[in-house]
Amino acid sequence: MMGMAAWLEAVLFWGLGVVAVAAGVAVFRTDSMARATYALALSFVAVGAQVLMLSLDYVGVVTVLMMVMEMAVMAVYMVMFMGMNPALMPMSMVHSKKTALGVAAGTFVALAAGALLVPWPERRGAPAVDLTASLGEAVMGSKMLVMLVVSPVLFATIVSALVLANPRGRYHRLGDDLRRRPADDPQRGGVGR
Amino acid sequence: MPDVVEVSPLWAVPAALLVVLVAAWAACLDAGTGPGAVPGFTAPGREVARLLRQRRRTTLAADRLLWRLGGGGLLVAALLMVAVVPLGRWTLSDLGVGVVWFNAMDVLVWALVWMAGWGPNSAHALVGGYRFLAQALAYELPLMFALTAPAVAAGSLRVGDVVAAQQDLWFVVWMPVAFVVFCGCVVAFSVRGPFSSPTGADVAGGVLAEVSGVDRLLLLAGRYALLVAGSAFAVAAFLGGGAGPWLPGWLWSLLKTVALVSVLVAVRGRFPLLRPDRLVELGWVVVLPLTLLQLLVVSIVAVAG
Amino acid sequence: MSLEAVLVVAAALFAVGLYGAISQQVVVMVMMGLELMINAVILAAAGLWWFLAPSPDGHVLLLVVVAAMTVEMAAGFAVATLLHRSRGSDTTDTATDLDR
Repeated sequence: MMGMAAWLEAVLFWGLGVVAVAAGVAVFRTDSMARATYALALSFVAVGAQVLMLSLDYVGVVTVLMMVMEMAVMAVYMVMFMGMNPALMPMSMVHSKKTALGVAAGTFVALAAGALLVPWPERRGAPAVDLTASLGEAVMGSKMLVMLVVSPVLFATIVSALVLANPRGRYHRLGDDLRRRPADDPQRGGVGR
Repeated sequence: MPDVVEVSPLWAVPAALLVVLVAAWAACLDAGTGPGAVPGFTAPGREVARLLRQRRRTTLAADRLLWRLGGGGLLVAALLMVAVVPLGRWTLSDLGVGVVWFNAMDVLVWALVWMAGWGPNSAHALVGGYRFLAQALAYELPLMFALTAPAVAAGSLRVGDVVAAQQDLWFVVWMPVAFVVFCGCVVAFSVRGPFSSPTGADVAGGVLAEVSGVDRLLLLAGRYALLVAGSAFAVAAFLGGGAGPWLPGWLWSLLKTVALVSVLVAVRGRFPLLRPDRLVELGWVVVLPLTLLQLLVVSIVAVAG
Repeated sequence: MSLEAVLVVAAALFAVGLYGAISQQVVVMVMMGLELMINAVILAAAGLWWFLAPSPDGHVLLLVVVAAMTVEMAAGFAVATLLHRSRGSDTTDTATDLDR
């Protein structure tokens, strides 16, 4: 029965692969911004499921979590910035389409040829019994430096993204001498106001 | 208490039926109490019958695909949440990252409610969908950190381990803030009570404005099912799962879930509606620091103990 | 399921994402292309990890890739917002100030 299980696994994997790539293509083919966004989310969910099949439970589930959340936000940005009625109008805003197609096809051929022709080495080592626990121990132990670097990078991203995107600074809110109370916010409300 | 054991996937069908039953109980309680109450417990049944017979209305240039996905998906998301929640000592899937799985499924609700609002190509529904996203931004971070607390205390993301870690003392006793925040977030992601502005009367029902017939039934059932799934997870994460005297574990799980669902339904009318734009500041300036403090306490206890 | 299969799927995803990143005019659509490419990187890294060296080191590397994706998203949204505010447009063709 092992053969049967391996066969089922292969079918499932290829099925998910087809879904992931087809959804990826749909992102750039559909006329609806909402559908484009959620096609990308579907692609990520399919890849997340494939990552789960590769026993990376934590990374797989976190990818799905993050990407669905991100695509929900992305949909807002798409509607906000694309500036046209999504459902009614064909959406084709591309430049150098032929070059892009050529480069993409060439990249695929090169990468796939590499994947098939490179003599991949034998597997070294065996996976830990509890992969999530081993990941946690690595992050909190020998690989702590990685997380120590990632966290300030993420914090810097938050600050710089806010600085870029927010048109108003503290002088807008609190006046030139920073003494205006309550602050002048375009959006009232919240705690104590 | 023995560790949880995985049962055959075929048990998913009875599990789904159980969720629907508890959701039906919540709907009956909801209709029978609170503002605009109808005496007796028959109103939801009549509403189901009415919606099953009702013809589907549609709107011009509706995005049917996303609309149907959003409407039907809530129920699916709730059932997927329940898949990692143990009933007594049985669980459908004792996933090693069950807590993250639950979190991922509740994030699906972001996408689904927005799609349900986007689908009909109607201004009121779309406003409802956007309101939900704003509300989701407010409650999601507190929810994540509230979920982290039991996982840190148990030293595992496996729901079975979280339940087992409460053998001596239920987590609700020493992480009450996380529990209350989690329950609030359950009410929020099931779009109910103080968090129901995405379906508010001021936008003609918002996400529910255009949806009719079976689609409306699925959407309403999905909201109740999310409430049930969230409560079931709260029972496993904070209320000791199936622990309790005399009765078997599965019955305790069920009784606690029904009790928590009933409480969440009953307090619905006691709070004012929270506007999403004010909610964000409340969530991030007040609730999030409180949850982080709770998490700090839990972490210190976990390291010291 | 084999390493080759995983890598071929990842290559296809990467190529589709690359097409989008080159050809799309709107910044958010370019970001979607980039995300598809990172999606492919996650899949390929997961495959290489599982089939060649399933140690915690590679697992941590995957977490870093996921973190990189969040940075890309946040920075991209911020730049798109800034572009839209200052130029009233959001296409890459109107943001060529550095192209001399």
